[in-house]
Amino acid sequence: MGTASGDEISTRSDVRLSVNGEGIDVTLDNRTSLLDALRDHLGLTGSKKGCDHGQCGACTVLVDGRRVNSCLTLAVAVQGTDIVTIEGLAVDGDLHRLQRAFIDRDAFQCGYCTPGQICSAVGMLGEADRGWPSAVTPSAVIEFDGAGALDADEVRERMSGNLCRCGAYANIVPAILDVAGLP
Amino acid sequence: MTSTVGQDVGALSLARVEGVDKVTGRARYAFEYAAEGAAYAWPVQATVARGRVSSVEVEGAVGRDGVIEVLWHANAPRLGDTGDASLAVLQDDRVAFRGQVVALVVALSQEAAREAAAQLVVHYEAAPHDSVLTADHPSLYKPATINPGLEPDTTAGDPAGAFAASEVQVDETYTTPAEHNNPMEPHATTASWDGDSLTVQDSNQGGQVVRQTLSKAFGVDPENVRVISAHVGGGFGSKGLPRPNVVLAAMAARIVDRPVKLALTRQHQFSLVGYRTPTIQRLRLGADSFGVLSSIGHDVIEQTATVKEFAEQSALLTRMMYAAPNRRTTHRLARLDVPIPSWMRAPGECPGSFALESAMDELAVAAGVDPVELRIRNEPAADPGSGLPFSSRHLVECLRAGAERFGWADRDPRPRRRPDGRWLVGSGVAASTYPVNVAPATARVAVDTDGHYTVSINATDIGTGARTALFIIAAQRLGVSPEQVTILIGDTRLPRAGLAGGSMGTNSWGWAVEKAAAKLAARLDGEGGVVPAEGLDATEGTAADLKDQAPFSRHAFGAQFVEVRVDVDSGEIRVPRMVGVFAAGRIINPITARSQLIGGMTMGLSMALHEEGVMDAEFGDYANHDFASYHIAGHADIGQIDVSWLDEQDPNLGPNGTKGVGELGIVGTAAAVANAVYNATGVRLRSLPLHLEDLLER
Repeated sequence: MGTASGDEISTRSDVRLSVNGEGIDVTLDNRTSLLDALRDHLGLTGSKKGCDHGQCGACTVLVDGRRVNSCLTLAVAVQGTDIVTIEGLAVDGDLHRLQRAFIDRDAFQCGYCTPGQICSAVGMLGEADRGWPSAVTPSAVIEFDGAGALDADEVRERMSGNLCRCGAYANIVPAILDVAGLP
Repeated sequence: MTSTVGQDVGALSLARVEGVDKVTGRARYAFEYAAEGAAYAWPVQATVARGRVSSVEVEGAVGRDGVIEVLWHANAPRLGDTGDASLAVLQDDRVAFRGQVVALVVALSQEAAREAAAQLVVHYEAAPHDSVLTADHPSLYKPATINPGLEPDTTAGDPAGAFAASEVQVDETYTTPAEHNNPMEPHATTASWDGDSLTVQDSNQGGQVVRQTLSKAFGVDPENVRVISAHVGGGFGSKGLPRPNVVLAAMAARIVDRPVKLALTRQHQFSLVGYRTPTIQRLRLGADSFGVLSSIGHDVIEQTATVKEFAEQSALLTRMMYAAPNRRTTHRLARLDVPIPSWMRAPGECPGSFALESAMDELAVAAGVDPVELRIRNEPAADPGSGLPFSSRHLVECLRAGAERFGWADRDPRPRRRPDGRWLVGSGVAASTYPVNVAPATARVAVDTDGHYTVSINATDIGTGARTALFIIAAQRLGVSPEQVTILIGDTRLPRAGLAGGSMGTNSWGWAVEKAAAKLAARLDGEGGVVPAEGLDATEGTAADLKDQAPFSRHAFGAQFVEVRVDVDSGEIRVPRMVGVFAAGRIINPITARSQLIGGMTMGLSMALHEEGVMDAEFGDYANHDFASYHIAGHADIGQIDVSWLDEQDPNLGPNGTKGVGELGIVGTAAAVANAVYNATGVRLRSLPLHLEDLLER
């Protein structure tokens, strides 16, 4: 990181970000959130700003495979990490399975929460694979190392950080269960 | 018309045309357009609820940290007639509500604009304010009309006398709080001037009125104003009218001579883009011992602002819902120092149905009649308010089909009869209705020599699926495969069309698209089926057709059934399943229509359990200003939602036989939940949202 001297530029930093597998050099105001860096400086407007306070999840991206609210993350703080946004999920034009499932289940209406829902679901399925429990996982299951098994209630709980005002929840949960191979 | 559920019969069910764009992040919303050299604008809001702005310390702000301009009423350019007092921003020193825009910071970065707005010093002369709605507020008055231009009061027969003489009486008051639309995409605008031509990418439910407003406000020809709204992140009524963001962005762009981007924050949404008024509703139902109504009274008290009147039509549905020879509805408003209320999904029907459908449940209990049966017994032969025949009305069929799908027959009407461990289980029902609205529209359909068709209409898809529905209407009318059709919407350069509001979008636009497609098909026939080298097109409007419509009372109907589980210790309410059966004419695209109805019921559940704007009397504003304090339903709130519809064919509608499904689903949901909570617990809650503490034994 280059922090130059002098009043004029002491509030800005030269930042190197790795986004969707690509290294990008950009000079940013130190106050710039990862979300604003993506949207306003890197042209990656797929991540959405619904609240800017970490309360709605529309800005969810993956940082080193974990889902984070990019509106609560300073861009200067995620140098050296691998950032994946909604634009990075489809490979060579082939939609990610979750993207396909969201279309098939009509799991969105206005589409504004959708990138966050999908990125969150990718992160969530990874958490389940790693056996992480949720608030609704029974303690007996956790003790027997069975945490991470998903059903509709587990998905609802684990996805509750992503709000959808159009009310597509009843389609989002089945879309995620489809990808998880669950009824 | 069948009473069985036929979701997909004969319909072409298509995934959203813009689906791939939305799941890949390619779909661009208003703030997301590239604009070379753009500046960022950030509104500064009043911190007093009433008074005057005496000065703003502009000098300390401009020039620091990339701040290039601070506008306030002393230096902002004068606007022409905006036609809407709420859009006359920065035009005078008056503060009419807390949160009103009193200054606008323009800077070279978002961060600088935001920080300067937070730091800006505004001096006020504060005056006492009055922001709390009460049933006996001294300012209560009868508005000249209620939304959308209807009589505020109606009376038939002798409602008071008939009520007094009734064997069974319900006389209760129901209240609903202020509710905030909160589309996921906060209102935003990117504005660019090129000489006297203005282009805005704006988040709205209809660009036509935005164009008219900007044309008048800035004194430029409407043809020189272009409004693009390709994708809109929800609206729910809050984007039905231009809001201050679009006027401010255009104003700032003109002053700083570069494009300006302005996104309202989530917090701004609570003061600047409308909300649903709180309501105090007294219902008086008088019936015989069989539950047959002789008198219905619905008296509504609501609030409006001092800047601009909005009179929500909360008792409107009571005029047409149930039969009774004696009836009355009234609406009274208190004029308060509050943000300006406006449309929110099913204005009128949504809060009104909480009162009416709760009261009907109370009548069912009082008369000892099953609540489904009670509604059937009060089914009118014609619209009891207007006297007109219904174009079609299948509420009874919806109730019966829903009862069957839900398993209503097994229900014990007595409360507190279904304990399940620590839960009390209960079920409730309510009816839904929403009027069929339609507005004039124009569409163009063209075909080129490759046999590719292009449909053009300035419709707006705010998430409804309208883009896809219009696409289907055109493809079906032309008898071509979907791959041969492109649809263009969301741009005022396209043929003129009205709002995505009042559940009339697909109904209105679809009419024009159908007509233009039919005309083009006829022209193509005239050419012997061969497209001439220059192509072929047809443009058709519907204004004359709408005037020629036969007089009918046109409404969609539905029935909603809800199961609740109430925790005996905490009072927590869970809703594991909901069933909705609707009759809304022809359904164009089952997959997206189903989503609309599910979405309406989900927002209705949110209204029942969570949503509550809490007025802070001291500061004269809603105290909760974000999703941490203003709760909306999340994933964990929603269980099974079973939505279906009757195959309703109504010949007295437009050519597509559609009624509209955008708002129908939210009407009645909150009452169904409250009625189920009564069945589960024996506690009747008459105020929304349903608070757990009111369910705890005292």
